[in-house]
Amino acid sequence: MTEKLRLVEAVRDTLFAEMARDDSVVVYGQDVGRNGGVFRATQGLLDEYPNRVYDAPVAEAGIVGLGVGLGVYGFTPVPEIEFSGFMHQAFHQIQQHVSRLRSRTRGELNCPMTIRAPYGGGIHALEHHSESFEAGYAHTPGLKVVVPSTPADAKGLLTSSIRDPDPVVFFEPTRLYRSFREEMPEGEYTVPLGEADVVREGDDVTVVAWGAMRHRVLDAAENVDANVEVVDPRSIVPLDTETVLESVRKTGRCVVVHEAPKTGGMAAEITARINDRALYYLEAPVQRVTGYDVPYPLFAREDDYVPDEDRIRRGIERALPE
Amino acid sequence: MPRETAYELSIDHVQVLESDGSVDAELEPDLSEDDLLEMYWTMKRSRRLDERAIALQRRGELGTYAPATGQEAAQVGSAHALADEDWMVTSFRETPAYLARGTPPHMLLWYAMGMEEGSATTRESRNMPPSIPVGSQALHGAGLGWAQEIADEDAASLVYFGDGATSEGDVYEATNLAGVFGSHTVFLCQNNQYAISVPRAKQTRAETLAQKAAAAGIEGVQVDGNDVLGTYAVVRDALESAREGDPVFVEALTYRRSLHTTSDDPSVYRQEEEEEEWEARDPLTRFETYLRNRDTLDDDRIADIEASIEDDLREEIRLGNEGREAVDVEEMFEYAYETPIPEVERQRAAFRGEDRD
Repeated sequence: MTEKLRLVEAVRDTLFAEMARDDSVVVYGQDVGRNGGVFRATQGLLDEYPNRVYDAPVAEAGIVGLGVGLGVYGFTPVPEIEFSGFMHQAFHQIQQHVSRLRSRTRGELNCPMTIRAPYGGGIHALEHHSESFEAGYAHTPGLKVVVPSTPADAKGLLTSSIRDPDPVVFFEPTRLYRSFREEMPEGEYTVPLGEADVVREGDDVTVVAWGAMRHRVLDAAENVDANVEVVDPRSIVPLDTETVLESVRKTGRCVVVHEAPKTGGMAAEITARINDRALYYLEAPVQRVTGYDVPYPLFAREDDYVPDEDRIRRGIERALPE
Repeated sequence: MPRETAYELSIDHVQVLESDGSVDAELEPDLSEDDLLEMYWTMKRSRRLDERAIALQRRGELGTYAPATGQEAAQVGSAHALADEDWMVTSFRETPAYLARGTPPHMLLWYAMGMEEGSATTRESRNMPPSIPVGSQALHGAGLGWAQEIADEDAASLVYFGDGATSEGDVYEATNLAGVFGSHTVFLCQNNQYAISVPRAKQTRAETLAQKAAAAGIEGVQVDGNDVLGTYAVVRDALESAREGDPVFVEALTYRRSLHTTSDDPSVYRQEEEEEEWEARDPLTRFETYLRNRDTLDDDRIADIEASIEDDLREEIRLGNEGREAVDVEEMFEYAYETPIPEVERQRAAFRGEDRD
């Protein structure tokens, strides 16, 4: 443990390390070259690897679709989509091709791409720059979906994602890019996909949260009259259901917190899995604290849309005994 | 303010083999007797496979099938120009092209029987599986061609799509990106005149589809797609150019003489006169006349070829049925991910009837 890094710096360091380790890694996307990425996640990469880092035209479907060809050929494409809100322009490529290539060819061809994109709100951005669509990608079989919440996890999870033979959508919470620094594990460091982090141990109630919400939940946990256990799944697919269930069986209570809209969000899925396999351990209905089922508002209303500490605290209280 | 010409555009049209079987000797490609016979055999085999597949579908043994009848020259001519190290990226009507690249008919039947076994290409074959969403595969061809440029490989990629696909954004993005990145890609648009029922004239106001290349800054050329020698020659040259990092867009003018798919009825939207006009320009008849004229074929050899195709397809249909009977349903869980996902494994266990907790 030496250097303290911000999340975006951890992403950048990991890209450098993986490009050095593996000649097949190709980084490309809008503004990732000379400009170093709009959030500077790729700064300096072009100078170090002029033949493996490319600025791409504004064409999200194209960027992802080309990655299918690169991946089939034998490269490991790591494209950046400037904002995940514009990944919808590439969703058909992801849903129809990236996620299905392995099934379609009986495992003969695959697409080992890691699509990086900033994710979530909290930076007063324009329309379509703040959505959290992780449930849409989780609803696409064949994909893995990863959301790091800390700089060290960003390093460990991005390393695992790039090395993973399956396609990964890697969502980087914009709010966390520069919000704090953390001491980094030195050298080679991986966090396996599908292994949740029990961030805070407690006996009274389990709160499941990822991305920027994990940090809000930790703050809220300090201000409720209960011993809160906080579980960060770190990857949405594969989801570490076992750790969530283990925690819920211990606490008997659960709250799931996410920025995404409530209907059909991952909280609904997690609640359903708890109902399937831990219902009789529950002392109260599973609570959801989420964004609302309205379009993500412009930033004047953003702070009221994204669950804040107060809403999270009230959610936890609803799960506790009266 | 006076106006000046900023850019002038013209599109070449190429034809080597005329409808009557006569040939432009200056443009005639230097193909061996074996090459010519192989192309003929493949075209003929493909057309016969179409007939057999439609009959099988009508008997309920196949699902939806998209016949390529009428487009054999465009596909076999172009695919014959590919080298082994080149990649082929297809749409859903590329039976002749797959046959030209060595895919056995029973695999194409498996796909039409609803089995992924039929799209299980091999990495060595350098054939991509069929792509159903119109035009989306053009980007994969541009990506493969880009990979060949980055790897500095002396190889190219050939992408097939239809006239309707040129209305899709992905085809524009693919040509544009290929130009920017110097992809080793040839975009082969088979303009078969109809996107299901919508005629070419309602697809775009552009005079030719080849001119769509101009917007991406790459070369565009038009060829008579019912002329197998012309298509071969144009695509051979285009692949040479692509190998140097200069992608090319080729529009092959052809006609889908049969159905869009087995669930389509062209009599609703096509006139008989038009169908007759294109029948007279049929690619197989024309090529056969050419081969007869140069004494490569006569009645006896044609009869031999037809008999061998019948034997071959009988065996391939048998293999197709055998494969269908051997389907292991549980394999659908096998290939979704390379590394296991616990939830998928739970569902697999439930599928097997195993209770797990």
